[in-house]
Amino acid sequence: MEPRPRSFYILTAFFALFLLFLYGPTITIGILSFQGEGGGLTFPMRGVSTYWFRDLFEQQAVGDIWGSFSRSIVLGLMVMVSTIVVSVMGGLAFRKRFWGSGILFYLIITALVIPSILISLGVGLMFSQADLTVHWATSGFGAQLTWTLPFGLLIMFAVFNRFDKSYEEAARDLGASPWQTLRHVVLPIIAPSLIGVALFGFTLSYDEFARTLLTAGSYNTLPLEIYGMTTNVTSPVLYALGTLTTGFSLAIIGVFLTIALLGNRRRARAASDAGKGVL
Amino acid sequence: MQARPNLTGWLMVSPLAFVLAVFLLMPIILIAVVSFWTATEFSIVPAFSWENYDFLFGSSVTYRVFLNTFKYAAIVWALTFLIGFTVAYYLAFHIRTQTWQIAMFLLCTIPFWTSNIIRMISWIPFLGRNGIANSALLSWGVIDEPVEWLLFSDFAVILAFVHLYTLFMVVPIFNTMMRIDKSLIEAARDAGATGPQILWNVILPLTKPGIMIGTIFVVTLVMGDFITVRFMSGSQSANVGRLISNDIALLQYPSASATAIVLLATVLIVIGILLRFVDIRKEL
Repeated sequence: MEPRPRSFYILTAFFALFLLFLYGPTITIGILSFQGEGGGLTFPMRGVSTYWFRDLFEQQAVGDIWGSFSRSIVLGLMVMVSTIVVSVMGGLAFRKRFWGSGILFYLIITALVIPSILISLGVGLMFSQADLTVHWATSGFGAQLTWTLPFGLLIMFAVFNRFDKSYEEAARDLGASPWQTLRHVVLPIIAPSLIGVALFGFTLSYDEFARTLLTAGSYNTLPLEIYGMTTNVTSPVLYALGTLTTGFSLAIIGVFLTIALLGNRRRARAASDAGKGVL
Repeated sequence: MQARPNLTGWLMVSPLAFVLAVFLLMPIILIAVVSFWTATEFSIVPAFSWENYDFLFGSSVTYRVFLNTFKYAAIVWALTFLIGFTVAYYLAFHIRTQTWQIAMFLLCTIPFWTSNIIRMISWIPFLGRNGIANSALLSWGVIDEPVEWLLFSDFAVILAFVHLYTLFMVVPIFNTMMRIDKSLIEAARDAGATGPQILWNVILPLTKPGIMIGTIFVVTLVMGDFITVRFMSGSQSANVGRLISNDIALLQYPSASATAIVLLATVLIVIGILLRFVDIRKEL
C-alpha cells in the first residue's frame, strides 16, 4: 500500500470532530440524566443517582408517558408492516412502465418534499370537514404513511435497479409460476433490503412529530408527549426520558441488525456463495 | 398477464395510489380550497375571497419571514454541503476497505434514529448561560462573562439544523461517490492533474447528482420546519413554518392554508429548478 497523504490525517481529524459533533450532545444528556437529586439542567453534577429515572416512572403529573409510548410502538409496527407490503408491491410494479407511472412517480417525490406541516394541516382539515374524529390509528397512520412510503419505495427502486433478472428467467425456464418465482426467488434475494425498509418505516413513524401533530387526536404519541414536556418541564427528568428513548432506538437498531446478520449466516450455510456480500 | 401490463401494474400500485390520493392529494386540494375561505373566531366559513392572500401579501411581516426562511435555508445548505461533501469524500476515497467504509458510515447514521426533539434538547447543557461552551470559554479566558447569544438565537437554530440534517447530505453524496470509477481518477493523475484539480474537475462534476438530491432534502426540510425554529430560537425568530403553526394554534385555518399554499409553491419552484440539473430516476 502506498503511504497515506497528509490530507488523510487532516480529513481523519475532521471526521472525528464531526462524530463528536453528532454524538457529543446526546452523550452529555446521557450523563446529565444521572444527575443527583438537587441537580439542574447543566453541569456541575450534584452527585450521581437514578433519581430522575425513578421520577419518570413514578410521578405521572406531566402526562401519560407509558400510554403514549405503547401507542407509538403499535403505530410504528402498523406503519412498518404497511410500508414493507406497499413498497414491495410498488417496487415490483415500477419495474415495468404502466399508464400513469410517471405521474405516480412525481406524486411520490412530492410526498417526500412537501413540508410536513402541510400534511398535518390538510389531513386535519379533511377529517374535520368530513365530520370524522382524528385518531392516531386512522388519520395519524395515513399521515405518517405519506412520509414512510416514499422512503420505502426509493429503497425498493434502488434494489430492483440492481436486481439480476436472469435469476427470474431461470426460475421461469424451470417452470415456476409468477407467484412461485416471487415467493422462492425474488423475495429471498431482496429480504436483507426489506430489513432496511422495516427499520426506516418503524423509526420514521416512532419519531414522527410534525405529521402527527394535528392528526393524532386526543391521545398523544411519544414525540408529541415529549414535545409537551419540553414546554413545561425544566428538570433533568427530560434528560432521563431522552436517555431512555435513545436507548430504546439503539436497541431497535440492534434487533434489526441481529436479524440481518442471522439471516446472512443462515444463507451462508445453505448456499456456497451467498452471504459473502457486505450487509 | 404479459398482455395487460397496465392492469397488473395498477393492481400492484393501488394501495400506494390510494394512500397518496387520500392523504396527499386530497389534503393539498382541501388546503387550496380553504385558503379562499374566511374565518370567524370559532369556525371557518366556506366562501370565496382573496382576503387571506391580500392580507398575506399586504403585510411586511410576510416578506420578512420569507426572507428569514431563505436565509436559514441558504446558510444551512452551505454548511451541510461543506461538511457532508468532506465527510463523504473522506469515506469514499480515503478509507480503503469496504468493511471500514460501511462501519464508519453506519456510525454516522446512528444518531439519526434518535428523536429530533431529544437531539434539540441535548444542546441545552452545551449552549445555555451556564452551559459547557460558556464555562469552557470563561475558564480559557476568552470571554469575561457568559455569552447570551449561544442558546435561543439564530446561531442555535442553524447549529441545530446542521446537526439534524447533515446526514441527508452525506448519504446521497457518499452513494454517488461510491459509484465513481476509480480508474477515472487514476487516469487524471497519470495525465498530470494535481489533487485539487482532480477534486474540482473529476470528482465534483461526477458527484453533482448526489449533491442535488441532498440539496433537495436539506432545503425542503429547512423551509418547512417549524419546531426547530420555535425551540432553538426560544420563539424569537420566525420562518414560514412557524407562521403557519401560529395560525393553526389560533384556529385561523384559512389564513394558515393561504400561507401553506404560498410555501408549497415556493418549495415546488425551488425543487423544479434543482430537478433541471439531475434526473432522479436515473440516480436510483
